[in-house]
Amino acid sequence: MQRHLIAAATLLAALTGTASADDGMFDEYREMMGDDSPAVFVIDEGEEYWYEVQGPKAASLEACDLGLGPGVVEGAYAGFPRFFEDGGRVMDIEARLQHCMIELQGRSAEEVNRKPYSLRGDMGTEMEALVAWLADQSAGMVVNPGQSTPEEQASYALGEQIFFYRAGPHDFSCATCHGQNDVRIRLQALSNLTTHEGAAEAYTSWPAYRISQSVVRTMGWRMRDCMRQQRLPELIMGSEASVALQMFLAVQATGAEMAAPGLKR
Amino acid sequence: MQRCSFLGLLSLLVFPTFADDVHTVMRDSVIDINGVTVSRVDRDPLQTFCSKPRAEAGDQAVAAELRAAAMAAVVMPADGAFLGGWQSGAEIANNGRGLQYSDDPNAPNGGNCYACHQLDPREVAYGTVGPSLTGYGARGQSDVVLQYTWTKLWNTHAYNVCSHMPRFGAQGILTEQQLKDVMAYLLDPASPVNTPISD
Repeated sequence: MQRHLIAAATLLAALTGTASADDGMFDEYREMMGDDSPAVFVIDEGEEYWYEVQGPKAASLEACDLGLGPGVVEGAYAGFPRFFEDGGRVMDIEARLQHCMIELQGRSAEEVNRKPYSLRGDMGTEMEALVAWLADQSAGMVVNPGQSTPEEQASYALGEQIFFYRAGPHDFSCATCHGQNDVRIRLQALSNLTTHEGAAEAYTSWPAYRISQSVVRTMGWRMRDCMRQQRLPELIMGSEASVALQMFLAVQATGAEMAAPGLKR
Repeated sequence: MQRCSFLGLLSLLVFPTFADDVHTVMRDSVIDINGVTVSRVDRDPLQTFCSKPRAEAGDQAVAAELRAAAMAAVVMPADGAFLGGWQSGAEIANNGRGLQYSDDPNAPNGGNCYACHQLDPREVAYGTVGPSLTGYGARGQSDVVLQYTWTKLWNTHAYNVCSHMPRFGAQGILTEQQLKDVMAYLLDPASPVNTPISD
C-alpha cells in the first residue's frame, strides 16, 4: 500500500501539474489506487463518529433512523433523499444526520451547522466522514430515492425547476453547463444531468475524495459549489433547494449502482 | 404595439405561477457571503422567461418583446471607438474569475471566453458550449460587424433570446474598456485569434 501511494503521488503530481484533462491517464491513476483510495481513512473515521458519544444527551448516533429503521446503515444512503415523518420534510443524508445530532445528542443547530464542509487542505469534518462511511455502506446498491409521498414528488418537481433556474449576474442555471450532451468547459467534460446516464454517472460517484483538495466532498457540497460558480450566494446545507436538486438527480439516477466514495480530480 | 409589449412584460410580473414558489424556496435556501447577497436569486423577466425546464417552448410574442427590449437598451461606446487592445483582450478572455463569492471583489472581472469558445488556435484548453470564434476577424471591421459584435457581447439576447451566454455589458460584468479590448481580440488582424498556427 505504501508503495502504491508513493507511485500514485508521483503520477498525481504529473496530473495536477499540467492543464491536461486526459481522462485515460486519470483512469489509470484511479486503477492503480484500487482499494487504496485515501477515502478509506475518512470512511474509518466516519464509523468512529457514528459510535462516538457526544452532546448534552451523551448519546451516539446508533439510534438514528436513516429511513430503514433505527441504526440500520447498510443500504440507507442509496434511499436518500426521502421524506421523514418526524422531521416533517424531505431530507438528504446531511439534513438527516443533523436532525439526529440535534434530537438524539442534544447538540444545538448552530453547532452542527457551523462548519459542515472543510476548506481546501483542511482536516475533514465530522459530516464529511459520516457521509463517506454511510455511502460506503451502500456501495454496489441501487439508487432508490423516496418517491411514494406527495412531499417527495413535490421535491422532485421543485428540483427540476431549480435545475433550470437562471439567475445572478451571469444568468447561469445548472442547465447552462449540464443540460447538453458532449460539451466541455475549458477541458472539463460535462455530464448532461438531464439524462439517466449523465445523472447516474454523477450521482453514484459522490461523495468522493477530491485529490486536488485532499478532502472528501459530499453531494451537498457539490450542489453548494456549483451555486458558487453560478455566481449565486451560499447554498445552505440541507436546505429545501439543496435537497430538491439532489432529489432531481437521484430520481433520474434511479436503478444505477452506488460507487462512492470514489476518487475525483 | 407599444402597449402590447408593455402588457406582455407586465403579465410576467403580475401573474407569476409556479415560478414564484421556486423563488421563495431559493430565497430561503441561501445566505449572504462575501458581498454576494441573497438578492442574486431574484430574477428579471428575461431570466424568468429563460428558466423553463427542458427547453420547453416559451410564448414567441414574449420572446420577441424581450429581444426588442434587449436591443433597445444596448449602449454603444461613448466615443464611437469599438476597438481597444487585443493584448488586454486576451487576458480578459482567459480570466475566469469575478463575481463568485470566492473571488476578490476588488480585482477586475474576467470574460471567461475560453470556458465556452475556441479563440486563439494555439490554446488547447477551450470549451465547446459556444461556437468556435477562431478566425473571427475574417468578417472585417465594417460598421455592421462592429455593431453586431458589440451587441452580442453587451446583451446576446438581442439576437438570440435564452442564449447561454452572459450579458457582459448589460449586467456590468465587463467595463466599456474591457469590452473594447475583447472586440480587438476578436477583430484585430494582428490578434492571435486571427493568425493561423503556421504563421
